[in-house]
Amino acid sequence: MDPTALYESFKALENPNVWQDTYIKFYNAWFYEDRWITYFQGLGTTIQVTIMALILGVVLGVLVAVIRTAHDQQRPGKRNPLLGLINAVCKIYVTVIRGTPMMVQLMIMGFVVFASSRNKTLVGALSLGINSGAYVAEIIRGGLMSLDPGQMEAGRSLGLNYLDTMRFIVVPQAFKAILPSLGNEFIVLLKDTSLISVVGGKEIVYFAQAIITKTYEPMYPYIITAIMYLIMVLIFSWLQGKLERRLRQSDRR
Amino acid sequence: MIDVKQLSKSFGDHLVLDKIDQHIYPGEKVVVIGPSGSGKSTFLRCLNLLETPTGGSITFDGVELTDPKVDIDAVRRQMGMVFQHFNLFPNMTIRKNITLAPVRTKLMSQAEADDTATALLKRVGLEEKADAYPNQLSGGQKQRIAIVRALAMRPKVMLFDEPTSALDPEMVGEVLDVMKELAEEGMTMVVVTHEMGFAREVGTRVLFMDGGHILEENEPKEFFAHPREQRTIDFLSKVL
Repeated sequence: MDPTALYESFKALENPNVWQDTYIKFYNAWFYEDRWITYFQGLGTTIQVTIMALILGVVLGVLVAVIRTAHDQQRPGKRNPLLGLINAVCKIYVTVIRGTPMMVQLMIMGFVVFASSRNKTLVGALSLGINSGAYVAEIIRGGLMSLDPGQMEAGRSLGLNYLDTMRFIVVPQAFKAILPSLGNEFIVLLKDTSLISVVGGKEIVYFAQAIITKTYEPMYPYIITAIMYLIMVLIFSWLQGKLERRLRQSDRR
Repeated sequence: MIDVKQLSKSFGDHLVLDKIDQHIYPGEKVVVIGPSGSGKSTFLRCLNLLETPTGGSITFDGVELTDPKVDIDAVRRQMGMVFQHFNLFPNMTIRKNITLAPVRTKLMSQAEADDTATALLKRVGLEEKADAYPNQLSGGQKQRIAIVRALAMRPKVMLFDEPTSALDPEMVGEVLDVMKELAEEGMTMVVVTHEMGFAREVGTRVLFMDGGHILEENEPKEFFAHPREQRTIDFLSKVL
């Protein structure tokens, strides 16, 4: 049966029962005036924002982690003062970002720093990327530090330089070790994109709320939003699991 | 070949090496023994600057290692090092473990390095393990690979840091055999070990370290038969 015809027939009833009423509300939240399209518009934005924030977060995270690690691994007596300064900046960045709530950072970026910006979605992506960078940096740094120092020593004792040792020996092993926490961070990031609606970023929650202002019925738009996020996270977790299994190749005994 | 002058090393307030003077000549097999915490591993690790000395100097083939301008990577290429815990790269096959450094440092082409790896693996009887990963090997096999990996760089001297201490007793022999062979070929070796049999049989000189000093040194027969210092006598009576 055609959903619209069914809706019309239920709408005409004087006293619809629970199921008929449920259907009417769901129809209002999804089919009515092709509202479902707007969820997918929001979904597109969400994915876009996630990817932009992810790239920014990873770039910032790697940069900060490398600077912090290189600084800590300097030979005593050969400390580079410039590196010390950059290291201090990185430390402040990580401290401030991790020490303040995501929501507050977003509002400061949206309503103070970029108050005059029209493209709030981009501002949201930027804030998320900067936020994620601090966490990614700590995850990467933890991975680099958790690796047996003997690996670095073995590489260096063979005459490989610092960068080659990092590239071929330390980073591949650290990457495998941090993949679960990195995946976790990306899931957090994906879900945090829902926050950008507070500064006017046009992702799924933004459109769900727009529908609620018309229907005065919050239940279905929010449940639909939740399901969309859940599906995205499930797909991502599945991909992550595949990657982890592939990287585990060298563990077989 | 390696000239050590007034070498000191301290970790914070803790003095581990106290003004050590030592010279290692080409072809020598120097065995360093002593109680744990005596500084013998630190001494060895200073020789290729895995530990930065806090005082004194180390000269290798006329190059002053402690000079900040020295290209330490170039020096390390000529000094092979074998670790207590093997430190093979678990993310690479055995072949890759061996060929990575010679290829990256442009000592050999990939093809040359592969040939070298095959030849060296054959020598230690592990040629069929070339495509295995380190985690698939026993401790003794890992350590033999680690020796081969260092040899692939064609070093002038080999440093061994307690190479058999992390092995099951029955695997110690196979690693010592490889080291003996290497000694017979004339490789200059500095070996930190608790294997007194190896010291006696292979060493050309034994250093006894305690408390950051080299208390006594002698050629092995004399050293084990007539130790001079009371501390050496005590130590030997406990380990022999």
